[in-house]
Amino acid sequence: MTDEAVLRVRDLRVWYGTERGPVRAVDGVDLALVPGETLGVVGESGCGKSTLGRGLLGLLPEGAKAGGEVRFRGTDLFELSGRALRELRGPELGMIFQDPLTRLNPLWRVSEHFEELLRTHCPDISAEQIRHRSLATLRRMGIPPTRYRNYPHEFSGGMRQRIMIALGLVLNPAVLVADEPTTSLDVLVEAQIIRLLADLRRNFDTALLLITHNLGIVAEACDRVAVMYAGHVVETGDAREVFAAPAHPYTRELLRSTISLSTTGLHYIPGAPPDLVDPPPACRFHPRCPDAMQVCATRDPVTVSPRPGHRVACWLHGPAEQVGAGGDAPLVREEIDVADEA
Amino acid sequence: MPTRPEPAAGAATVLDVADLRVHFELRGSFLGRLLGRDAGSVQAVDGVTLSLRHGEVLGLVGESGSGKTTLGRALLGLVRPTAGSVCYRGTDLAGLRQAQLRPLRQRIQMVFQDPGAALNPAMDIETAVGHPLRIHGLVRDRDELRDRVHDALRRVGLVPVERFASKYPAELSGGQQQRAVLARAIILGPELLVADEPVSMLDMSVRAKILELMLDLRRDLDLSCVYITHDLATAKFFCDRVAIMYLGRIVEIGPTERIFADPAHPYTRALLAAVPEPDPTRTLTRQLPRGEVPDGVDPPGGCSFHPRCPHAFAPCGWEGRDVRALLEQRWTALDEADYAAEQALFADLAELDVRGSRLRIRPAASRSAESIRALLEQVRVGDPDEPLWRGVRQVSVADGACVVDFVEGVDPNLGPVDEGAVACHLYDPAYR
Repeated sequence: MTDEAVLRVRDLRVWYGTERGPVRAVDGVDLALVPGETLGVVGESGCGKSTLGRGLLGLLPEGAKAGGEVRFRGTDLFELSGRALRELRGPELGMIFQDPLTRLNPLWRVSEHFEELLRTHCPDISAEQIRHRSLATLRRMGIPPTRYRNYPHEFSGGMRQRIMIALGLVLNPAVLVADEPTTSLDVLVEAQIIRLLADLRRNFDTALLLITHNLGIVAEACDRVAVMYAGHVVETGDAREVFAAPAHPYTRELLRSTISLSTTGLHYIPGAPPDLVDPPPACRFHPRCPDAMQVCATRDPVTVSPRPGHRVACWLHGPAEQVGAGGDAPLVREEIDVADEA
Repeated sequence: MPTRPEPAAGAATVLDVADLRVHFELRGSFLGRLLGRDAGSVQAVDGVTLSLRHGEVLGLVGESGSGKTTLGRALLGLVRPTAGSVCYRGTDLAGLRQAQLRPLRQRIQMVFQDPGAALNPAMDIETAVGHPLRIHGLVRDRDELRDRVHDALRRVGLVPVERFASKYPAELSGGQQQRAVLARAIILGPELLVADEPVSMLDMSVRAKILELMLDLRRDLDLSCVYITHDLATAKFFCDRVAIMYLGRIVEIGPTERIFADPAHPYTRALLAAVPEPDPTRTLTRQLPRGEVPDGVDPPGGCSFHPRCPHAFAPCGWEGRDVRALLEQRWTALDEADYAAEQALFADLAELDVRGSRLRIRPAASRSAESIRALLEQVRVGDPDEPLWRGVRQVSVADGACVVDFVEGVDPNLGPVDEGAVACHLYDPAYR
């Protein structure tokens, strides 16, 4: 977390208005992205991962409100005009979505997608330069130049996602947000795309925020990980270190409940993520936490740093003087029905 | 001939599938149909033979386009096979009419991927779960219906029953909806459950719970299961035996333990290496098969996995399109000028997309066939380990074209290996 961060988020809050009251999808998140790093964001559905990803680009759905700040190279995105923000998107801030087919225009050739994009953002670019830059980026993504004039439907799902990533990278943005980029792909193609994203760090200076529900992908493609629960980031740190020794009980239980090839027994987290209209008080995970203490139900956890670069918001890690006398006594949890689940 | 492991003595065979084929005709263009042109067909299931023993869980594992879902639907009598048979306890489902299938539906039930789509949004859970009982006329009165529905709901963990019985699907979470679907599937007391990706749409924190429930149901109700999935990790956990499918065929089948500990088919090995693991000590494997599952309308010759297979050799079915793929692969790594120069040699790259063991490549006007031959030779010298060259007999120049002769491709049959069977020439004694 040095000052070289290209994107720095402080106390980001995003909430949606509903009939029942505001849904606080992102509720006080601090993050920093350094050039060239890949940060994975994981958590169950409904924990605010996608809202966070869009918020980082200043993209908010209709009716949503945001607070806090998202500083891109020192400029707060929320203070920019709509026009100034749009000018940043593309050349500086890019996004890759889950389903490439719905994001490519079926009536346009691949070449036309690149032409439109490059002409919009670089008005003086020549046709020759467009071709050169587009083909160079496509090649890096493994798309042969012979396919440059093809239409989206002539490509397989994996090729389309490669084209989407090439479109995201051709302007060489400083920050790229990828929201579940491999979820609709097959096992082998997913692995190919993950390797492509892992190689990005070496070939481009782009900082990548990778949103996924798959912990395996984070372990394989990310430098750092941020674990989200109910709108909060509960743990961040080096991906390998966090997975080797998770500090937050939610991270640990999430890892245990993932069914992988090395799984020998089934584990799960009882209950479901809370309704964000009315989240539990204090630590939001305490009703589901096997390690919950008295203090967890009464006071918001403090973010501490057990080792450099690793931050966790959980009373198990102190600070001890704030836990108070008797605060560390086990919390008697309310019984959670078997069928109370996501 | 395809062989399969014999069922263990004493265990009755529930399902017997023999050389099952399901082909879907393509409609083609309007003009084409008018002129009676054949638009071709997709061989979604292309000669599958397998059996399921009583009490067993068999996994059908494959990527999209492997035919696993179509096979699953054929097991339920939901699609009509083009050829072959699906026998449930000796009755061939293929020849039955709807009315004759109906009594069998009490014995064979299904669970699909999306529980939200499987439940009628206008029906509360009690009505939905009790629906099969009413359709089959198996209850005398309302009280009996309610008792049996409540029993089923308790069995799948939707307790307290009063809290869930009157709910509508939209009021339940994904996991709860899938429990309701399971309750409806077991209420008739079936013997066989076909589950198509039952946990894929659920959040990871719930998958384990639903899998555990399915394991409990299987044990308590003495169910036999067919578990269809693309997810090797859950298949490893849930299945006794696994069949790996690729483009409509079983390429490997065997006991789960053997398949995962010692995968035989290169495709199985690749799938296992590709599963992302949340293990901080594991490093990324770089050796992934290139490309993607090809189009089922015109599958590759010989072994349909050969274009992606790192171990492919002479008899695997090399053909013209593989040469084109190799050239295109090479061109992604060349700079623009070199690419333009090489591409300009060819009259029409589409000519390379031919089947058969002889490929004629015409040079562009003012270019020579010899320059194409020289380019291919340069490619070969650049990467002599490329599997394609193992299948090339000779590259020559004849009649103004560059001619590539391939070794005749042979379609691999499912042959026995230690515990199970595999369809791969690597295991064929004839090629050792």
